[in-house]
Amino acid sequence: MAPILELRDVEAGYGPFRALFGVSLTVEPGEAVALIGANGAGKTTLARVASGLLAPSSGTVLVDGTGMAEAAAWRFVRTGVVHAPEGRSVFATLSVEDNLALSFQRAFGRAGLAGALRRAYELFPRLGQRRTQIAGTLSGGEQRMLSLARVLVESPRLLIADELSLGLAPLVVDQVFATLGRIREAGTALLIVEQQVGHALELCDRAAVLEHGLITWQGPAESAGAALESRLFTTGAAH
Amino acid sequence: MSGAAGFFEDLFRGLLQGTPPGAVYALIALGFVLTYKTSGVFNLAFGAQAYISAAMYFKTHTLWGWPKWAALVVSAFVLAPLIGLVLERLIFRHLRTASAVSKLVVAIGLSVALPELFNQAARFTAVAGRQISGIMPDGAGVFYDPFGVYRFNRDELAMMAVALIATLLLAALFRFTMIGLAMRAVVESPRMTGLSGINADRVSAVAWALSSTFAGLAGVLIAPRFNSLISTEFFMLVVIAVAAAAVGKLVSLPRALLGGLGLGWFIAVFNTFLPRWSGDHTWLRPFQENLTPSLPFVVLFAVLVLWRAIGREREASDPLSGVDPPPPALAALERHPKLTLFTRLFGVGFIAVVGSVVWFRAGVLWMHLVTTAVIMSVIYLSVTVITGMAGQISLCQGTFAAIGGFTIFQMADRFNLSVLAAALLGAGVAAAVGAVLSLPVLRLGGVWLAIATLAFAFFFDAVMVKFSWVGGGTTALLTGTRVPRPLVGPVDFASDRAFLVLAVVVLVIVSIVVIQLREGTVGRTLTALRGSEVAAASIGISAARARIVAFAMSAAIAGLGGALLSMHQQNVNYSTNFGPVNALFWLVIVVALGARTVEGAIQAGAAFALFEPLILKGDLLAWILRGEDHLPGLFPMSGSWRLVLFGLMAIQFARHPEGLVEHGKRRASARINQWLEAER
Ligand SMILES: Nc1ncnc2c1ncn2[C@@H]1O[C@H](COP(=O)(O)OP(=O)(O)OP(=O)(O)O)[C@@H](O)[C@H]1O
Ligand SMILES: [Mg+2]
Repeated sequence: MAPILELRDVEAGYGPFRALFGVSLTVEPGEAVALIGANGAGKTTLARVASGLLAPSSGTVLVDGTGMAEAAAWRFVRTGVVHAPEGRSVFATLSVEDNLALSFQRAFGRAGLAGALRRAYELFPRLGQRRTQIAGTLSGGEQRMLSLARVLVESPRLLIADELSLGLAPLVVDQVFATLGRIREAGTALLIVEQQVGHALELCDRAAVLEHGLITWQGPAESAGAALESRLFTTGAAH
Repeated sequence: MSGAAGFFEDLFRGLLQGTPPGAVYALIALGFVLTYKTSGVFNLAFGAQAYISAAMYFKTHTLWGWPKWAALVVSAFVLAPLIGLVLERLIFRHLRTASAVSKLVVAIGLSVALPELFNQAARFTAVAGRQISGIMPDGAGVFYDPFGVYRFNRDELAMMAVALIATLLLAALFRFTMIGLAMRAVVESPRMTGLSGINADRVSAVAWALSSTFAGLAGVLIAPRFNSLISTEFFMLVVIAVAAAAVGKLVSLPRALLGGLGLGWFIAVFNTFLPRWSGDHTWLRPFQENLTPSLPFVVLFAVLVLWRAIGREREASDPLSGVDPPPPALAALERHPKLTLFTRLFGVGFIAVVGSVVWFRAGVLWMHLVTTAVIMSVIYLSVTVITGMAGQISLCQGTFAAIGGFTIFQMADRFNLSVLAAALLGAGVAAAVGAVLSLPVLRLGGVWLAIATLAFAFFFDAVMVKFSWVGGGTTALLTGTRVPRPLVGPVDFASDRAFLVLAVVVLVIVSIVVIQLREGTVGRTLTALRGSEVAAASIGISAARARIVAFAMSAAIAGLGGALLSMHQQNVNYSTNFGPVNALFWLVIVVALGARTVEGAIQAGAAFALFEPLILKGDLLAWILRGEDHLPGLFPMSGSWRLVLFGLMAIQFARHPEGLVEHGKRRASARINQWLEAER
C-alpha cells in the first residue's frame, strides 16, 4: 500500500530565504511519526509543506502515492490530511461554535453536525460553556483547545500536529495525548511536532530529527532518545 | 386645521416621502455591507459598479430598444457578476492579506477608472436631462396612494420591495447556510479556511459575484430617481450610504436597511418641518437653504465622529500570516555616491533643457500647461505629507486648496489686500481648518478617516461654497470669482513668464519645507507610527501631536497651491478645479506615481497637466515626427483615458506603497548600485 504521505527531496522557503534543503520523509497509514528538532530547524515549515499550506520550491509531495500538483490546503483536507497549525489558529471574529461548524459541516455533513459538536464539547467542556463567545476573546489555552477540538473530533486519516501542547496546562496536555492515543488506535496516522519530546516519543513508532532544514536521523522511537542525546552533545560541542 | 393633527399628518407624509430615497440608501448600504462582509474590502467602487449596470440598462433598453427583462438580465445578472469575478480574479484575490487602507486606495483607483473604462469601451456618454426608465412597465407613470397623503410610483415600490426582500434573503443566507459563514471565514483567513477543507478561491469568487450582482441591481433600480446618468452621482450616493452602513458597524444587514430608511426619513421629515419653522423664524432661512442639500453629509460626518463604536474595531489579522514571506524591502535608499551624482546631474540637465525649451519656444498654451504642472506639484506635495509621510488617506485636499483660492478671492478682490499676503493668509486659514478638522477625525484612523474627510469635502461643496463670505454668493454668480495676479514692486506677475518663475520658486520652497519636515522630529515620529502605533506608543511616542502637525502642514500646502492655481487662472473655478470628485483623482495620481518623495509629487503634477496633450494627443511624437508647426491631434484619444490609466496604476498601491514609478526607479537604481559596488 502506498504511504499516506510522502515527501521527496522537498526544498521550501519563504521568498529568497530557504528553510528546507531536500527533505524526504514518509508516513505509512496508521503510523505515528515524531518530528524533532531545535528552534528554527524547519519543523513548522515541513508541516506546512506536508499539508499544502506552502508550496515546495522543488521536490514533490505525494498523498496516497499521487502527487499534489498545486499546493492547496483544501485539497489535502479532502483527502484526509488534516493540519493543526502552530499557535492560535482560530477565526478570531467567529464564535466558538461557528469555528467548529465550519470544519464539521464539511466532514460530517449537516446531519452529523450536532453530534460532532457534542463530542467536541465533551472533549473540552470549557468550550461547551463558551460556545457563543467570539473566539478572539478566548484565553490562549482555550484557543488552543478550540483548534484542537476541530481536528481531534474528526479522526482524519493523517493528522499533522504542530506544537499541540504549547500553552496548555499539564493536565490538559495529558488529556490531549490520551485523545491522540485513542484516535491512533482508531487508525489515524500521526505526524507530530512537539517540544515535549518525552510525550511525543511515547506515543510514536518512529522519529525523525531535523537540523538546519535537513533530516539527519530517522529511526524507531525507542532508540531516538539515545540518538538524540549523542547528537545534541556532539553538535552542542561543535557550536 | 388643528395644530396637532396637522403635525402628525406632516410627520406621516414626511415619513412616506422619505421612504423611497431611504430605500435607495438602504439598497446601497446593503450592498456595501455585503461586499465588506464577504470580501473585507471597503468598496468605494461600489458606485462605479452600480453606474456601469445602470448605463448598460439604459443603453440596451432605451437606446437599443431591448425588452426590459432582457436588459435587466444582461446588465444586472450577467455583466455585473462578470465584473465582480474579473475584479476578484485579477485584483482582490491577491490582496487578501493587504491592509484595509491599501484596499481602500485600490477601490478608489477603481472608482476613478471603471466608469471611464466602460464609457470608452461601450462608447457611452453621460446622459443628462432626461427621465431614466426603471424596470417596471410604465414605472414612473402609475401611482399608488395607500394613505391619501403621498403617491408612490411603481418603480419606487419595486425598489422598496427589492430592498426588503434582499435583506431577508441575505440575512437568511448568512444565518442558515454555510456559504455565508465560509465567506466571513475567508475574509479573516483564506489559509485557515483552506485548512478547514474549503476552497477559499471559490468562496471569494462567489462572494464577489454575489455582491457585484447586488451592485448592478441597485444601480438599475435607483437610476430612475435621477434625471441624469453620471458616474459621480453614484459615487456620492455610496458615500452617503456609508453612514447607513456604519450604523450596523458594516456587518449587520438588517441594521444597514434600517440605517438607510432612517436616513431617508430623517432627511424628509427635516425638510418638511424646517420650512414651516423658518416661516415663523426668519433667521432660520439661510440655514434652511444651505443645510438641506448637505444634510446627508452632515449626518455622515456626525455618525462617524459621534458614534463611539466606529474606528474601535481592530482589524482581525490572519493567524497564518506567518506563511507569507516578509514583504520585499523597499529597494535600497542607500546609493553609491557616483550614482547619486549622476542622477543629480541628469536631473539638473533635464530640468535645464526642458526649462529652456519652455522659456524660449513655448507658446501661450504650453506656458500655461507647464505653469499648471508646477502648481499642481505644489498641491501634490500636500498629499506627500499626509499620505506618503503620515500614511493617512485624506480626501479633502481639494477643499483645503479651495480655501486657499477663496481666501485670496475674498481678500484681494473684495478687500484689496496684497495678493501675496492673501495667499499666505489662505495657507494659514487652510492650516487652521485642517488642524481643527484633524481633532475629531484623527481618532478614527484608517478607512474611516478617509470617509470622514470625504464627507467634509462634500459638505464644503454643498454648503460652505454657497455662503457669500466663502464662494462670493450671488455677486460671484454674476462676475465670477475673480483673482488678480500679484504685483511686487517693479515685477508684474500678470506676465505668464514672470508668473511661471514665481510658481517655480514656490515649488522649490515648499519642497525644501517638506524635506525638512520629513527629516525632522515630526517626520521620524510619523515613520515610527506607520510601522506600528502600539509599539510607538509603548516607547513613549505620541501619535496625536505629530499627526495634527502633518494634517495642518498638508492643509497649508494645499491652500497655498490652491491660491497659486487661482492666481494663475485669475479665477477660483471651484467646481472644475477643487470639487470633491475631481480631488479624488489627485490622490489616485500621486499614489500611482510616488507618494513618498518630492520627486513623486512633481512627476504627478507633470502627469496631471501634460499627460493628456503630450501622450494621449500625441503631441510629443508629432513634435519629433512633424516638427513644431504641425502639433495638434496626432491621435485624438479621449482625455478620460488618463483616468483609466492612473486609476489602474493606483491599484498597485497595495503592493508597492511607494508608487509604481518610484518602485521601478528604486529597483533600477539598486541594480546599478550593485553593479557599481561590484566594480569597486
Ligand atoms: N514567513 C517567514 N518568512 C521568512 N522566514 C521564515 C518564515 N517563517 C519561518 N521562517 C524561517 O524559517 C526557518 C524555519 O522556521 P520554522 O518555523 O520551520 O522552524 P521550527 O523548526 O518550527 O521552529 P520552532 O521550534 O521555533 O517552532 C527559521 O529560520 C525561520 O526564521
Ligand atoms: Mg515551529
